[in-house]
Amino acid sequence: MLAMDYRGPKRIRVTQKPMPEIKHPEDAIVRVTRSCICGSDLHLYNGNVPDTRVGTTFGHEFIGVVEEIGAEVTKLKVGDHVLVPFNIACGKCHFCKQGLFGNCHESNPMATAVGGIFGYSHTAGGFHGGQAEYVRVPYANVGPTVIPEGMDPEDAVLLTDVVPTGYQAAEMGGIQPGDTVVVFGAGPVGIMAAKCSWLFGAGRVIVIDHVDYRLEFVRNYAQCEAYNFREMEDPVVFIKKTTDWMGADVVIDAVGAEAAGNAMQTITGRKTLMQAGSATALHWAINSVKKGGIVSVVGVYGPTDNLVPIGNVLNKGLTIRANQASVKRLLPRLIEHVQNGILNPKAMITHRIPLEDVADGYRLFSAKLDNCIKPVLIPPSARM
Amino acid sequence: MENLRKDYSHIKGWGIDADPENDPTYPMKPHRTDAEQSGYSWERPTQQPVDVEVLHSIERPNVSAVFGTAVPPSGLSGVIRRFAFKYSENSYLHWLPLILADRVNVVEGIIDDFKTGHVPNIFAEKGYNAEWKHDKIGLITKFAVAAALVAGVVVLLNKKDKDDYDGDDD
Ligand SMILES: [Zn+2]
Ligand SMILES: [Zn+2]
Repeated sequence: MLAMDYRGPKRIRVTQKPMPEIKHPEDAIVRVTRSCICGSDLHLYNGNVPDTRVGTTFGHEFIGVVEEIGAEVTKLKVGDHVLVPFNIACGKCHFCKQGLFGNCHESNPMATAVGGIFGYSHTAGGFHGGQAEYVRVPYANVGPTVIPEGMDPEDAVLLTDVVPTGYQAAEMGGIQPGDTVVVFGAGPVGIMAAKCSWLFGAGRVIVIDHVDYRLEFVRNYAQCEAYNFREMEDPVVFIKKTTDWMGADVVIDAVGAEAAGNAMQTITGRKTLMQAGSATALHWAINSVKKGGIVSVVGVYGPTDNLVPIGNVLNKGLTIRANQASVKRLLPRLIEHVQNGILNPKAMITHRIPLEDVADGYRLFSAKLDNCIKPVLIPPSARM
Repeated sequence: MENLRKDYSHIKGWGIDADPENDPTYPMKPHRTDAEQSGYSWERPTQQPVDVEVLHSIERPNVSAVFGTAVPPSGLSGVIRRFAFKYSENSYLHWLPLILADRVNVVEGIIDDFKTGHVPNIFAEKGYNAEWKHDKIGLITKFAVAAALVAGVVVLLNKKDKDDYDGDDD
């Protein structure tokens, strides 16, 4: 089968790989019909995530048709078209039982801080991902959800990560009616976080980014204010000024370790890897939120020191909520929203790319070429 | 800006998920019981057979019931990874060797390619076809800068300087 193949930082190709096999009685093999390239794939692509081994297939956002099931799979049958949450969760452990499906303790032996994630390095469990024709899906009774009748597959594929992560970013903000919410980052997750902030009753939603076409997009898509930090002297001062010098009630970091905007952090974090990426967005979030406010982090950060202004967290009495989205918990509600036309995820898809051209897809997305917001990969077996 | 704050009618679904009970300091508290607070008290899923080398964090007693088998450790990078997994996730001696192993692994990948008679097409692997299509000037500039750097390095090397150019592209 064809699959994306990581060869080193910024070097990927498509190769023939062996078909995935059932390795556990709760496994399923899924024939991929759509997969996405995610902003967080760029951390892998750039070589910033430790234990990203050459030969790995990326891709944690995918949907597909069940081709084969293991002996203990009861909730799916061959032929089901399923959307597969990006986190691999057992449904039985301490954390799964609390609804923390993103923190499952039975899907990743390699690290305890993070659960298993498809195609997201060996630090996230060493699973091959969905940027391929076929993929092994463990715990098939728990995560995969049959795509409801009539739902556009392109909406479904965004329900595997982008929509729930954006939604949970807003939810973790504990937004109360009338709150001012600031979102750093106008990538797909930031766009969705801004959109969902309204669902929690935000009174004002402000998005900050540095790419004009993305700002234009989020302004229209999420009906919010959107500003370019390159045109500001200081984004933190800007936010203070525009909130009667109080700061925002809730700030969402939807950027993570690839942040632009601070030369020092770019050099130490992104260019020389002296720290695991740049924490610019987190600095801005902590510094621009109101005292007693809430910072919600969904941007991905590496495991080593990030020079976080932790003193400010203490002094300002902040609550920081951060997690990978518990996709499974949120799905029923989100499916309802899509079906009722409250959310329209597929409007974010700007590029549909054959799997064979995955290297170009990554370059397009990471270099922000051709006004790319969200690229979707289509394997040859799904085009027939 | 003031009027945006007051008029929500243009937002479909405004406030539909508002929840005054959402207390951000206690994730999912209503679902937590005291009985669930003690160690590995859940009924563990069936264990996936460990038939490849699986490195596991020393912050857990065992291998998780399910794991990926994408690329088992091998070669010199494997040796470094095994070393890294002697240290906890709390230690730099875990993460820094893993990053080093990743770099070594890239070289191993290139050697493997040549061994199997495959010459990697770096231009295509880096997706420069897309950049050529959408940002010709940027790509040409990038290569010009790289060429100038290489030329500079050659001059330096000729002066018996031991500087090394790593070919990073942006
Ligand atoms: Zn993603
Ligand atoms: Zn679990």
